[in-house]
Amino acid sequence: MSFPWAKNYEPVNPVMKFMDEKLPLPRLVYNAVGAGYPVPRNLSYWWNFGVLAGICLVLQIVTGVVLAMHYAANSGIAFDSVEHIMRDVNWGWLLRYMHANGASFFFLVIYIHIFRGFFYSSYKAPREMIWLLGVVIFLLTMATAFMGYVLPWGQMSFWGAKVITGLFSAIPLVGEPIQVWLLGGFAPDNAALNRFFSLHFMLPFVILGVVILHIWALHIPGSSNPTGVEVKQESDTVPFHPYYTAKDGFGLGVFLLIYFMYVFFFPNALGHPDNYIEANPLSTPAHIVPEWYFYPFYAILRAFTFDFIIPAKLWGVLAMFSAILVWFFLPWLDKSPVRSGHYRPMFRKFFWFGLIPCMAVLFYCGGAPAEEPYVMISQIATAYYFLHFLVILPIISSVERPEPLPFSITEAVLGSDDSAVIEPAAKAAE
Amino acid sequence: MASTGTADAHEAATEDGVRRRDFIEIAAVSAAGVGGLAALIPLISQMAPSADVLAESSTELDISTLEEGQSIKAVFRKQPVFVRHLTPAEIQAANDVDVSSLRDPQTLEERTEDGHHNILVVMGVCTHLGCVPLGAAEGENKGEYGGYFCPCHGSSYDTAARIRKGPAPKNLEVPTYEFTTDTTIVIG
Ligand code: HEM
Ligand code: FES
Repeated sequence: MSFPWAKNYEPVNPVMKFMDEKLPLPRLVYNAVGAGYPVPRNLSYWWNFGVLAGICLVLQIVTGVVLAMHYAANSGIAFDSVEHIMRDVNWGWLLRYMHANGASFFFLVIYIHIFRGFFYSSYKAPREMIWLLGVVIFLLTMATAFMGYVLPWGQMSFWGAKVITGLFSAIPLVGEPIQVWLLGGFAPDNAALNRFFSLHFMLPFVILGVVILHIWALHIPGSSNPTGVEVKQESDTVPFHPYYTAKDGFGLGVFLLIYFMYVFFFPNALGHPDNYIEANPLSTPAHIVPEWYFYPFYAILRAFTFDFIIPAKLWGVLAMFSAILVWFFLPWLDKSPVRSGHYRPMFRKFFWFGLIPCMAVLFYCGGAPAEEPYVMISQIATAYYFLHFLVILPIISSVERPEPLPFSITEAVLGSDDSAVIEPAAKAAE
Repeated sequence: MASTGTADAHEAATEDGVRRRDFIEIAAVSAAGVGGLAALIPLISQMAPSADVLAESSTELDISTLEEGQSIKAVFRKQPVFVRHLTPAEIQAANDVDVSSLRDPQTLEERTEDGHHNILVVMGVCTHLGCVPLGAAEGENKGEYGGYFCPCHGSSYDTAARIRKGPAPKNLEVPTYEFTTDTTIVIG
């Protein structure tokens, strides 16, 4: 879709005219991310992270495909083949460090993108489908990153694979057969490594497909914006190109600076040293931790230590998956008609002083050893996490008195909007 | 529809509301459905353990030199097995527990072979999520109950390797094994 005032694509030279008739790909690009796509004029830098996530995906695919030219998915030589990439392959160290740190930065970007969605309630109508597809992308990316981390076949790779596939054994009756089926053996071994490689290669392309659907769904209502007031008129928007290509380009520059600072100067800071020890099925590292981006969910998994009707282990697994699945229901849990947290005083307080500290605590506890006081702290934070989404949000949306909204994006930006004065009827209808 | 098929065959069919074509449609869709489902069988079952993985070698262990209070770590199906020669104090501790109070109630006697109740053979695989518990080697943390301790999420097992504390749901698994002589065990 587009707004009626969107610029129309008019090919000028004969080549582009030919293209437009036979395969209107340039038209598609023009209307999707070019001058033909009007975007709210007031987007802040929080709106950069969608484009950044897309760039991260491309970075992972490009570096991944070339790593796969040198990597050997065989449990006997996988570890050595990664060392071969690091030492012998031309620029291999750069490609691998870009891929490994790229995964971390991908998650950093996605988390910011998701929390932007929480604060501005980007999940609300008419954008539910965009949100649902986004959660699907997040789940697929988690699966992809988990399987990628197994590939170097270090100690954390092996024990991570064992613990995570062990989650399935919590399912009553069929759990253990499922785990054996997933691994193709009784513990992670060559069969598991091979299938993880196959899936790790394929899933990013599935993600790419879902990203295209995500953007397609986005282009129907268009982007939301920091006021949460929908676009009403041409003066509320600017064309994507050159305005947001420039703004996204600047954000990309900053992102690349920070990313390459890690790649070049602290390439192992985000990883775990134990993964430079080859996998040993007979010895568990003293302290198994997943990659940092899984910490909050790992903390929720470990918070359940007591049996209550069903075994503790099953509670942990259910809670961990539910912690993400609950996001699917957000559009219907938060019923407030106002989107932006800027105009929702109570919601805003629970966001900054409830959800954010809760995530920070879960993050910290997920990386800490499974001891007191961390277990108890994770239990409290887990309880708050679910309370926030399932109880607090629905209650806030019914009792809160939102602050007055601006008439339009134009008014929010310029301080006044002529059409607000000329058409008081329109304002009353708001 | 009326223009297809011979006139009388067509009419005969419509009397009880069933057309010949209905039969063909149901047959074709069923064949495609069954065929599609059948195609899933190899796709799904290829992921199960292959023949070489299943041809799990059995493991033979000589325990003649295993002293009281010592353990050995062996390997069975590429996973660790702990064989422990229990001390009288450990046997006492295991038998002193009220079995009905346990999460996974089993006596030490049920978990060992007749005539060898002092030899405890268990898989070294935590029943929570599969880490190797500590406690088999000299000087390792045996946890609160003097058996095994899993460092991953803090499960403690007692001297009979029964779960006592932490998230694991079951006792450490006792694999199938037998004593072929007084000092030889064959696992598997
Ligand atoms: C969603 C995008 C992707 C993510 C999040 C991701 C994540 C990861 C992670 C975390 C690792 C382990 C890094 C390490 O510690 O060494 C890894 C390794 C690997 N990935 Fe990916 N990856 C992605 C896309 C791809 C693609 C598209 C391919 C190939 C077509 C690929 C091929 C590989 C290979 C060969 C390795 C093993 C080499 C190594 O460990 O550095 N990846 N991936
Ligand atoms: S794997 Fe042993 S306590 Fe979790």
